[in-house]
Amino acid sequence: MEEIHKKSAGDFFILYLFLNFVYIERNTKSCMKNKSLVSIDQCSKEDILRILDNAGEFEKNPNRRLLEGKVAATLFFEPSTRTRLSFETAVNRLGGRVIGFQDASTTSSSKGETLKDTILMVSNYADLIIMRHYLEGAARYASEVTDIPIINAGDGANQHPSQTMLDLYSIRKTQGKLEDLTITMVGDLKYGRTVHSLIVGMSHFNPTFHFVAPNELRMPDEQKTFCDERGIKYYEHTDFTEDVINETDILYMTRVQRERFTDLEEYERVKNVYILKNEMLENSRDNLKILHPLPRVNEISYDVDDNPKAYYIQQARNGLYAREAIICEVLGINV
Amino acid sequence: MSAEKKKELQVAAIENGTVIDHIPPARLFKVASLLGLEKMEGNTITIGNNLYSQKVGNKGMIKISDKFFKEEEINRIALVAPNVVLNVIKDYEVVEKKKVALPDVIKGLVKCNNPKCITNNEPMPTVFEVVDKVNGTIKCHYCERKIKKDDIIIK
Repeated sequence: MEEIHKKSAGDFFILYLFLNFVYIERNTKSCMKNKSLVSIDQCSKEDILRILDNAGEFEKNPNRRLLEGKVAATLFFEPSTRTRLSFETAVNRLGGRVIGFQDASTTSSSKGETLKDTILMVSNYADLIIMRHYLEGAARYASEVTDIPIINAGDGANQHPSQTMLDLYSIRKTQGKLEDLTITMVGDLKYGRTVHSLIVGMSHFNPTFHFVAPNELRMPDEQKTFCDERGIKYYEHTDFTEDVINETDILYMTRVQRERFTDLEEYERVKNVYILKNEMLENSRDNLKILHPLPRVNEISYDVDDNPKAYYIQQARNGLYAREAIICEVLGINV
Repeated sequence: MSAEKKKELQVAAIENGTVIDHIPPARLFKVASLLGLEKMEGNTITIGNNLYSQKVGNKGMIKISDKFFKEEEINRIALVAPNVVLNVIKDYEVVEKKKVALPDVIKGLVKCNNPKCITNNEPMPTVFEVVDKVNGTIKCHYCERKIKKDDIIIK
């Protein structure tokens, strides 16, 4: 009898271990190792598709009280009105509360407090931190010093994963799929972090890329090597022509900024070359959509706005749904 | 015992310890500093530079008595002198020859050369992933900047 008793206790222990294992397995399945979203390249294809599916649910019904009783901190060490409003709207529509700041000059970091201390202090109050910082790597470091999830809302010129997620959502929504698309990126491909991240995000879906940029701002070798290693087809152009547009599904425009040029004559020469005008879209594909991370200055003429192929304003709205999905993902909330 | 070994032992035999051989002369003192030799007390240390070597022409060499390095201590040298050989000496015999190898991750040793990197603005150790062991390219774990071998700045 005692023998049987011992055996069943042992069995229970094994069962307990097994259940624990299953629990850990389930929780590590998500892309976010420590539940934070710092960079798009930490997300697998499955992670991306799951987040996009959830974003689709939020588009059907953005107002769901999934964050009831939770507090999200939006720490904007560098101002970014658009991104902050989008994240704060997402938290509010999910029924959570927001604390935070939008200008580091009013906080103790201006008194010399370390980022680590600021993050640990806020971790005492909030369930989630959404942060934008002018220093590169700040979000990754923050995710290492605290146990609460961090969402990177941009760290210098490095990463801005929620932008990539909303770009991917916009692409899938307008094209009905992510696979086998031709994507043309135009403008500043050297410093534009959105285009670099989009290459990583799209790399799971067999894309073909056209990179259209002036010589000074062409796609860096690192991104081209990334494509080469994965067998992703890409073509480089310095001229922005209708020929390229006409074989494109997604036209991703970016801003050519004057301050990026060492040679201002070169800037004057190219500044009007990478402007999209409505007449250039005459023979484009029916399914073509024009995306832009915004803000735009003059790289898309205003006559394009009324073309049904212009999608940049709706694209920004998709940011709300993508961010609601990302917030639930890092908090482990089932949608 | 091979002729090469015999010759080496004849130069300056140590009973127990480590002989670091084939150090490029220009990197000798950097290697000494990375190993923290200036802080080492009680060990007899012999440093020779511009010694003749059949294999590499000129070379530097460091002999340290009664000191055996851990793997991660040795691998710090790999950043400045990738082809160095370590001889572990016990009872006047070379009992082990080790080639240094770049580790997968380098912690706290290298300065990130991106001024906008968080590691240059916050009191914290740097972390680099070695992305190309052949060419010695490393990547900052935080700002993701890639640094080529020749541009690496040791702290």
